[in-house]
Amino acid sequence: MIRGKAYVVGDAIDTDQIIPAAHLVYSLTIPEERKMYGRYALSGVPADQQGLPKGGQPFTAEDSFESEYKVIIGGSNFGCGSSREHAPFAIAEAGCEAVVAESYARIFYRNSVDGGFVVPFETRVPLTERIRTGDEVEIDTVRSTLHNHTTGEDFLLNPLGDVADILKAGNVFEYARQKGLIST
Amino acid sequence: MGQTLTEKILAQHAGRERVAPGDNIWVDVDILMTHDVCGPPTIDIFKREFGENAKVWDQNKLVILPDHYIFTEDPHARRNIELLRAFAAQHDLQHYYDVGTSRYKGVCHVALAEEGFNRPGNVLFGTDSHTCTSGAFGLFSTGVGNTDAALIMGTGKIWVKVPETMRFVFEGELPPYLMAKDLILAVIGEIGTDGGTYRTLEFDGGAVYDLSMQERMTLTNMAIEAGGKNGIIAPDQVTFDFVRARTDAPFQAVYGDADARFHSEYVFDVSQMVPVVAKPHSPDNKAPVTEVVGTRLDKCYIGSCTGGKLEDFEAAARILKGLEVKVATYVVPASTEVQRRMKEVTIDGQTLWDIFESAGCMMGHASCGACLGGPIDTFGRAVGTEVVISTTNRNYPGRMGSKMSAVYLASPLTVAASALNGVITDPREVLV
Ligand code: SF4
Repeated sequence: MIRGKAYVVGDAIDTDQIIPAAHLVYSLTIPEERKMYGRYALSGVPADQQGLPKGGQPFTAEDSFESEYKVIIGGSNFGCGSSREHAPFAIAEAGCEAVVAESYARIFYRNSVDGGFVVPFETRVPLTERIRTGDEVEIDTVRSTLHNHTTGEDFLLNPLGDVADILKAGNVFEYARQKGLIST
Repeated sequence: MGQTLTEKILAQHAGRERVAPGDNIWVDVDILMTHDVCGPPTIDIFKREFGENAKVWDQNKLVILPDHYIFTEDPHARRNIELLRAFAAQHDLQHYYDVGTSRYKGVCHVALAEEGFNRPGNVLFGTDSHTCTSGAFGLFSTGVGNTDAALIMGTGKIWVKVPETMRFVFEGELPPYLMAKDLILAVIGEIGTDGGTYRTLEFDGGAVYDLSMQERMTLTNMAIEAGGKNGIIAPDQVTFDFVRARTDAPFQAVYGDADARFHSEYVFDVSQMVPVVAKPHSPDNKAPVTEVVGTRLDKCYIGSCTGGKLEDFEAAARILKGLEVKVATYVVPASTEVQRRMKEVTIDGQTLWDIFESAGCMMGHASCGACLGGPIDTFGRAVGTEVVISTTNRNYPGRMGSKMSAVYLASPLTVAASALNGVITDPREVLV
């Protein structure tokens, strides 16, 4: 179960919008620096698109390193652009646990799963106009359903398929260990 | 039922007779490439998972090419280079191309080709989405994140879902005012930035085999802009000549079966195509140049792995020779080899470098430059609400440095023609 506030963005949110390239210099391991990824997650989204339908609502508040939102609702081709793993990392670092989008760019999808950062769900029907930023939503990760507590609506998500095993293992290393590909 | 080129390469590297689209397989990796932005976090994960003193799976198969944030005073960016340097020393890596030494190369995808790491039939992974560029040499190549790269670093293996193949056939004779950039922008405009998601984009047809390796690389480079997993072109004599001039390493060319099954097929007659741009803010926002002619510009940019190769500059120099630009124009060679050759190759006795300098262009050092914005002091970076025309491959909001700027993507011919007039210009107007 993943429950919390939803943050809604549009189509083709690319990796430069998720974490602008100028911020890629921070270390992903030094705590003082890694929290900058939470600070700047989704900061490249143009202001009028930040938190639809209203816009003008940054994902992470000005003076904060964590977002108040737990689930991102996106349109098609979420995460297109560069291969930077900093993108799903930044979203996770901000405290967000899942993305629900119509479709994904493959490298973002793969990075989310293999690194065990966020759970990337695909929707059957476009949700960007059915859910508003700030709505309280709850995802049943086993049944692949989403319930909007604010409106009372329910939606079906696509089952996770092959990647569920990797997500269950935690990340691709744990998965590879279970398969006997890594001995340590 | 036969297999496509990509399916055959993947099957061979999984130790199987055949694979089908949708199969999840583990493959052996021939080359892993990383750079200064993704190298350090990859190394961190590698150490976390395999141990502080673990050895990389094969020293000779790991290639590290710092290129992104090179000519900057940013302390974090400089620290990344130091981390790579220490790792290369610790593991005695032969293929580390350090900044500030004569070994420094520049943009990784161009350097992989120049140094002979792109070999037909191989499987190559890199921590950069444009790793698909290498597919121009008849190999499977794709971009991955740091976690996947760290797994390869430790094991030499990675899982792949076998992609379906989309086939793009280009026939006819390419007119002198068109370049590979026009062809690939046309493809992306037609299928959209997610039209090739999870799939292979295979390029085929007489017009493709008429292209040089550099131009073929422009095609495969932008497969990712259509969401593709990889771009690929079957090898021919042009490929073999290029590779053999650069390496003695053995390789085995692979070809798709005549009865292979494709997801879809598109056929273009290049003689009927026209110069195009991708308008702001997406690579699939295609328009014929004629539609945007006269758009006022603040900046022109010629560079990157897709538009900063020697032939890109030769094309632009043909237009700029003996003339002056009307708007700030930045010229950034992709690699040190390109930079050196620009000072050797001449048109009517004048070097390319000299032609650009005389035209009033600002000349940068071999690197990614402002292609991805980068630290604030990056050469050629877009600022404020500037309108830019560029030979690079992405024009998403903020990609070249400023969220408010508007970037048009175009061929080096179109960018050079536009630089001359200070407004977007059709290269057919100025080519003689
Ligand atoms: S030149 Fe641009 S697209 Fe190419 S590797 Fe560098 S940043 Fe990426």
